[in-house]
Amino acid sequence: MGEIRLMKGNEVLAEAAIRCGADGYFGYPITPQSEVMETLMARMPWNETGMVVLQAESEVASINMVYGGAATGKKVMTSSSSPGISLMAEGISYIAGAELPCLVVNVQRGGPGLGTIQPSQADYLQAVKGGGHGDYKLIVLAPSSVQEMNDFVDLGFELAFKYRNPAMILTDGAIGQMMEKVELADFKPRWTKEEIKEKWGSWATTGKPDSRNQNVITSLEMDSDKMESNNQRLQDKYRKMEEEECRYEAIMCDDAEYIFVAYGTSSRVCQKSVEIAREKGLKVGLLRPITLFPFPSKIIGKLACKAKGFLSVEMSAGQMIEDIKLSVYDAGCIARVEHFGRMGGIIPSPGEVVNALEQKFL
Amino acid sequence: MDIKDIIKPENLVYDKSKVQIDTIMHYCPGCSHGVVHKILSELIEEMDIQEKTIGIAPVGCAVFAYNYIDIDWQEAAHGRAPAVATGVVRLNPDKFVFAYQGDGDLASIGAAEILHACNRGENLLVVFINNATYGMTGGQMAPTTLNGMVTSTTPGGRNIDLNGYPMKITELIAQLPGTSYVTRQAVHTAGAVRKCKRSLKKGIQNVLDKKGTSFVEVVSTCSSGWKMTPVDANNWMAENMIPYYPLGDMKDSVKGGPVSEN
Repeated sequence: MGEIRLMKGNEVLAEAAIRCGADGYFGYPITPQSEVMETLMARMPWNETGMVVLQAESEVASINMVYGGAATGKKVMTSSSSPGISLMAEGISYIAGAELPCLVVNVQRGGPGLGTIQPSQADYLQAVKGGGHGDYKLIVLAPSSVQEMNDFVDLGFELAFKYRNPAMILTDGAIGQMMEKVELADFKPRWTKEEIKEKWGSWATTGKPDSRNQNVITSLEMDSDKMESNNQRLQDKYRKMEEEECRYEAIMCDDAEYIFVAYGTSSRVCQKSVEIAREKGLKVGLLRPITLFPFPSKIIGKLACKAKGFLSVEMSAGQMIEDIKLSVYDAGCIARVEHFGRMGGIIPSPGEVVNALEQKFL
Repeated sequence: MDIKDIIKPENLVYDKSKVQIDTIMHYCPGCSHGVVHKILSELIEEMDIQEKTIGIAPVGCAVFAYNYIDIDWQEAAHGRAPAVATGVVRLNPDKFVFAYQGDGDLASIGAAEILHACNRGENLLVVFINNATYGMTGGQMAPTTLNGMVTSTTPGGRNIDLNGYPMKITELIAQLPGTSYVTRQAVHTAGAVRKCKRSLKKGIQNVLDKKGTSFVEVVSTCSSGWKMTPVDANNWMAENMIPYYPLGDMKDSVKGGPVSEN
C-alpha cells in the first residue's frame, strides 16, 4: 500500500509527476490550475529527482518548451486551463505531427473567451477531435477523482511513449480544486541518458554520434506522396489506439433501460443520480468513458441494442453527445440519445439529472 | 595531366566540412544562408562538437537546415525556436544548443520568445539572419524592412506612418542582462565572412563555457526577395542595410554584465 494523503487534485498532479520520474514541467499560471506549478515549485524536485520546473512567459512558450524537451526523449509535461490550452493548440498540433510523446493537462473552466474560472466540460470537442490544425488525435484521459488524477499521470506518460503521441488529461476545476484521499504511487527513478538512448535513440535528438544518421524532429514534408503516407501512419496509430486503449467503467448497465453517459465531474453526479433513479424503480445505469479518445464506441453500440435511451450528461451545451450518437449509428441501433447539461460553471445536481431523464424519456 | 594527379593530399588547400551534407542546396544564388551554414558546419567540425550539438530550425527558408548540416535537428513552429531551445537546454545542460532564425521569425511572430529566452539567459547560441524580408513566402515586409523599401506587401515602399519603424531588435537584446555576447555581422565579403566566423566561434565557446545567451545577427541578402542579382544585392546591402544596422559587437561581457561602451 502506497502513502495515503488528503490532497487537492491539482497538487496530486504535481506529486504524481515527480514520483513517476518526469524530467520536466513547463507552465504558465491560470486559474483553476495554478496549484500544479505552485506545488512543484514548493516541492523543489530538482533537489530530489533532478526534475526541471520552469515558469514560461506564455502558454505558447511552455508547450514549445515541452516540444523541445520531448524531442530529446525526456518525460515532459505542462498543464493549463481552457484559454491557455487554446494558445497551446498550435504547439500540440506540431507535437502530434512530429510524433513526440508528452503529457498536457487541461483543468477546464467555462468559456468561450475568458468565460469563467468555474468548472466546465466545454473543451471536449477541442480535446478529442485534435484541437489544432490538421488531422491528428490526442490520447485523452478523463479522471473522475483525485485518485485518478494521480494514476493518470503515469498512465498518460506510458501511453504517450507507447504511441509517440501527446496524451491529455482532460479534467475540470472541480476535480482540480477538490480534496480527497489519495494513495500515491511509489517513486520511479528518472530515465538515465543511457536508458533514453536505448529506448528512444532511433528518433530522439540526443546529439549525433558517428554511429548513426542524424535524427530530425519535424512535422514538415513537402513531397505530397510522402506527406500522405505520414498522415496515413498517424491514422493507423489512432486506429490501433481505438483497438487497444479504450477504457471505461459501466455501472449497473446490465439491466438498464436508460443509461447516463458522463465523464469526470459529471460522472460523479450521475453515480448519485443512478441511486436516486433506482430508488424510484427506474432501471438506470451509468457508462463512464475513461478514455475520451479513443471513445468507448463499441460498448455504447452494444448497450444501444438493449437500452431504450442514453442521456449524455455534460457541463457543456452538448459535445460528447455527438460521439454517443455516432456510436449508436455505427451499431445500427435506434436508441434515442438526449443531452442534459449546465453551463457557465454550474455543476448539475443529481436530482436535476434524474428530472431531466424523466422529462426527456418518460 | 590527369585530374587524379592534381587531387592529392599535399595539394589540398580547401575542403568542404564533413559536417556539411553533400547535396544540392535549395537556397537561391547569392543567399547568405548558404555561407552561414558553411561557417557553422566548419565550426562544429573544428570544435569537435557534432555529437553534442542540437540545432533548432525556424520556419522560413532555413526550415530545411537539417538537409545541409549533419547534426540532430528539431524543427520549431514559426517564432518558437527560442522556447523549443529552452526546453532542450534546460533538460540537457551538457549539450550545445543553437536556434537559427530569420527576421520575421525572430523579430515579429517570435518577439516574445526571443526576448524572454535571452532575458532568462538560456545557455544557447542564437543565429539571427536579418535579410529584411520574408524570403520563403515571397518577399513580404519584415519588421526589419528598411523605410521606403519595396516589398510585396509594401509595393509603394515601407511607410513609417503605416508600418512603424524598422526594428533594431539586436540592440534591444543587448540590453538584457541574460545575454553575454551580442554582435552584428555580415557575410558579404571575404573579410566579413572571416569576422562572422570568429563571432560564431565565440558564441559557441560561450555556450560551452555556460555564459548564458550569445546572439549573433548576420545582416544578409535575399536577392530573390529583393529582386536583384547576387552582386547587386550585396552592394545594396552594404550601402543601405549596414548604415541602419551597423556591424560590430554590442556586448561582450558575462551574463548579468553591462552593455559594452562600443
